[in-house]
Amino acid sequence: MTMNERKTIDLEQGWEFMQKGITKLKNILEGLPEPQFSSEDYMMLYTTIYNMYTQKPPHDYSQQLYDKYRESFEEYITSSVLPSLREKHDEFMLRELVKRWTNHKVMVRWLSRFFHYLNRYFIARRSLPPLNEVGLTCFRELVYQEVNAKVRDAVISLIDQEREAAYYSRKAANWIVDDSCPDYMLKAEECLKREKDRVSNYLHSSSEPKLLEKVQHELLSVWANRLLDKEHSGCHALLRDDKVEDLSRMFRLFSKIPRGLDPVSSTFKQHVTAEGTALVKLAEDAASTKKAEKRDVVGLQEQVFVRKVIELHDKYLAYMNDCFQNHTLFHKVLKEAFEAFCNKGVAGSSSAELLATFCDNILKKGGSEKLSDEAIEETLEKVVKLLAYISDKDLFAEFYRKKLARRLLFDKSANDDHERSILTKLKQQCGGQFTSKMEGMVTDLTLARENQTNFEEYLSNNRNANPGIDLTVTVLTTGFWPSYKSFDLNLPAEMIKCVEVFRDFYQTKTKHRKLTWMYSLGTCNLIGKFEPKTMELIVTTYQASALLLFNSSDRLSYSEIMIQLNLTDDDVVRLLHSLSCAKYKILNKEPNTKTISSTDQFEFNSKFTDKMRRIKIPLPPVDEKKKVIEDVDKDRRYAIDASIVRIMKSRKVLGHQQLVMECVEQLGRMFKPDFKVIKKRIEDLITRDYLERDKDNPNMFRYLA
Amino acid sequence: MMRRSASKKAGQPNSTNSINFSPSDLFRTASSRASSKEMERIDNLFHSYANRSLGMIDPEGIETLCSDMEVDHTDVRILMLAWKMKAEKQGYFTLEEWRRGMKALRADTVSKLRKALPELEKEVKRPSKFEDFYSYSFCYCLTEEKQKSIDIESICQLLDLVLGSHFRAQVDYFIEYLKIQSDYKVINMDQWMGFFRFCNEISFPDFSNYNPDLAWPLILDNFVEWMQLKQT
Repeated sequence: MTMNERKTIDLEQGWEFMQKGITKLKNILEGLPEPQFSSEDYMMLYTTIYNMYTQKPPHDYSQQLYDKYRESFEEYITSSVLPSLREKHDEFMLRELVKRWTNHKVMVRWLSRFFHYLNRYFIARRSLPPLNEVGLTCFRELVYQEVNAKVRDAVISLIDQEREAAYYSRKAANWIVDDSCPDYMLKAEECLKREKDRVSNYLHSSSEPKLLEKVQHELLSVWANRLLDKEHSGCHALLRDDKVEDLSRMFRLFSKIPRGLDPVSSTFKQHVTAEGTALVKLAEDAASTKKAEKRDVVGLQEQVFVRKVIELHDKYLAYMNDCFQNHTLFHKVLKEAFEAFCNKGVAGSSSAELLATFCDNILKKGGSEKLSDEAIEETLEKVVKLLAYISDKDLFAEFYRKKLARRLLFDKSANDDHERSILTKLKQQCGGQFTSKMEGMVTDLTLARENQTNFEEYLSNNRNANPGIDLTVTVLTTGFWPSYKSFDLNLPAEMIKCVEVFRDFYQTKTKHRKLTWMYSLGTCNLIGKFEPKTMELIVTTYQASALLLFNSSDRLSYSEIMIQLNLTDDDVVRLLHSLSCAKYKILNKEPNTKTISSTDQFEFNSKFTDKMRRIKIPLPPVDEKKKVIEDVDKDRRYAIDASIVRIMKSRKVLGHQQLVMECVEQLGRMFKPDFKVIKKRIEDLITRDYLERDKDNPNMFRYLA
Repeated sequence: MMRRSASKKAGQPNSTNSINFSPSDLFRTASSRASSKEMERIDNLFHSYANRSLGMIDPEGIETLCSDMEVDHTDVRILMLAWKMKAEKQGYFTLEEWRRGMKALRADTVSKLRKALPELEKEVKRPSKFEDFYSYSFCYCLTEEKQKSIDIESICQLLDLVLGSHFRAQVDYFIEYLKIQSDYKVINMDQWMGFFRFCNEISFPDFSNYNPDLAWPLILDNFVEWMQLKQT
């Protein structure tokens, strides 16, 4: 538009045009995607102002333009700048302020360029403040007035933080050299408390976390490793010396800094593992001094070991509460530490066996008569807790079951309530499947007692059925009880009658069940008419059968005995040994050596006597360990097979490593399956056509329906 | 060994008594005539070795055949021949199997058969065929009906025969291991094929790329462990 041709621009129109330019400027300042002003843009804006100013009245808008210039700033400050400042605090507010001030200066520069023509004549004529001043004054009046108090506070707080940091940095550097870890920690705690108090008194409360963070950083983060590793007073030493209070302080302090608890928990884990491993070694050393023939038997030392582990566990459980505020990280490392050493056996006995034997000792007669009921309950509770750390839980179950059977069958259980109570605890910890057989065993005994009452009633009602010997029969449900080998012992005639009578009685009760007689588990009370005095002998059925042979022969050879009894060599040797080479010599052996050989001859020892009227002649049990381990291995093979089939049935196709992983996870509650065993089972299942290897990828398996 | 006279004639091809025929017909009948002659010779050869009451060539017949070909009957080429015939039962060839093999080898006399052996060997050794031959040789040794595995002693012989020339070192060491280990008394097809894959894929004797966490048969994991112990 040239000077000569120009049309009159009216205020609204012209201002609308200017407004576009101002909006464009604001967008650029706000960082929105807006192209920069071109020369042409600038020219247009400048010229518009010039034209509006130089128009003839009443279209000379100089005053309005001057006002509108000022209003532009006011509008922008009120609608954008102030709100953004209000919502920020402290350092963030300061930064925002700086940014807005910079922007404002730019805005003033540009707008005053557009409106420049006003500066040249209008302002001088009316002695008004120049455009530059107007712009800046807006900022002062609207922004500065409002925020200056906040700004001052924020600046002071920043300065303080810098000063504090420097102060503590110096102090810490000195303390770390001179002070022990506990002393340093005391000082650190005091400093933090002081700062906290100061902040709440005169600084803005939002400064508190930042300030404390800085102090913590200077006192703790910077020196963490050196502090914890201090040789005589660091974390390791505090654990060693049981400094519960210092450890609590350490926890409190280090829980505040990022990942501060990692080194503490790691040292704790190392410490507990070392303590536990030391107990294992102690027990091993003690066991190695055992006599050779007692090597396999779980002895006193192993029991002491279990007790010590329980004590260790109690101690560190207390730490969880007293020092570490039950923090999950510490619970996790405690578990890992115990798992690390609790699965090491001692002297050839696995930890599963040790725990089972420990329970047996508590629950059997003569085991813990000195302890009160509460003490026994408490101990059982603790033992069950330890079981959580044992990976071979199924092995524990089998040993426990074997020993429970002996307690129940040989009337060695001290207290029925305790037996049931521990089963309840085991059930809670390991699930119902774990204890179902054991519970069945205990119930069987109760039922057996009832049954016996009925049997005795039957006998009194049928006089001629009476075998002439007191007979007690315990009927067991197969499946609950461990498997026992049953041999066809040739019973003495007297006992045969007993068996027949019971069989007849049992037929009246139920016709659908088959009875298998386990003579190896029976006991017998014999009257021995010895020359010095008559005595009562409490023996096993096997022993009784052997002794009764001597009612009809004075002298018998080893082979004669074996043939007449129809037992294996192992059994015959054991029982003859117990009757002729052990504490009570009921039989005389020729030759009079300490061991049984197949050429020995035996005679009734009529001269035998003892100060007691009634003696128990023990028959040492066969070592169950091997059989238990064999049985458990067999069960594991079935369990692994079942697990593999289950997984493959649902997945149809699966890679080897994935299959192994899922199998381990599925079975983890009871035991840790060996990778090699899993592989062998997979191969076996392939041979049995449950699975096949994928033709293209030998690392994948397919389920064969 | 005298050739026994033919006891059976092969079936006659279609008669060429029709008056109208095209050149292609002429060609066909000529080749059919030729092939029927060949078939006759093949069948005659079969019957010269076959056990008359069984109707098949039995182990004795095979031995005779071998000596006629001047090849030891334990030679791997006889196994290759069985493979070519897709013979089902070890030590026996049925007429169908015989026909199949002889036709494929384009042999209708003993001397042609013998001359075909080198070519057969080459064919078997081709990577595309060898795996099939290898797996065939295992199945061929399963003599009982429900048998799925082969005893260690026989496996050792079979390995040597079939794989020895390809992977001498692996086979020798593995045979040594098989004889001293006691975990396995028999080897099944999966383990048999696994060993083949092992020889092809695993760097020997360092086993640097062997990973027991993969699905290699357990016997091979144990073999590698044993080798690594020996080498330290």
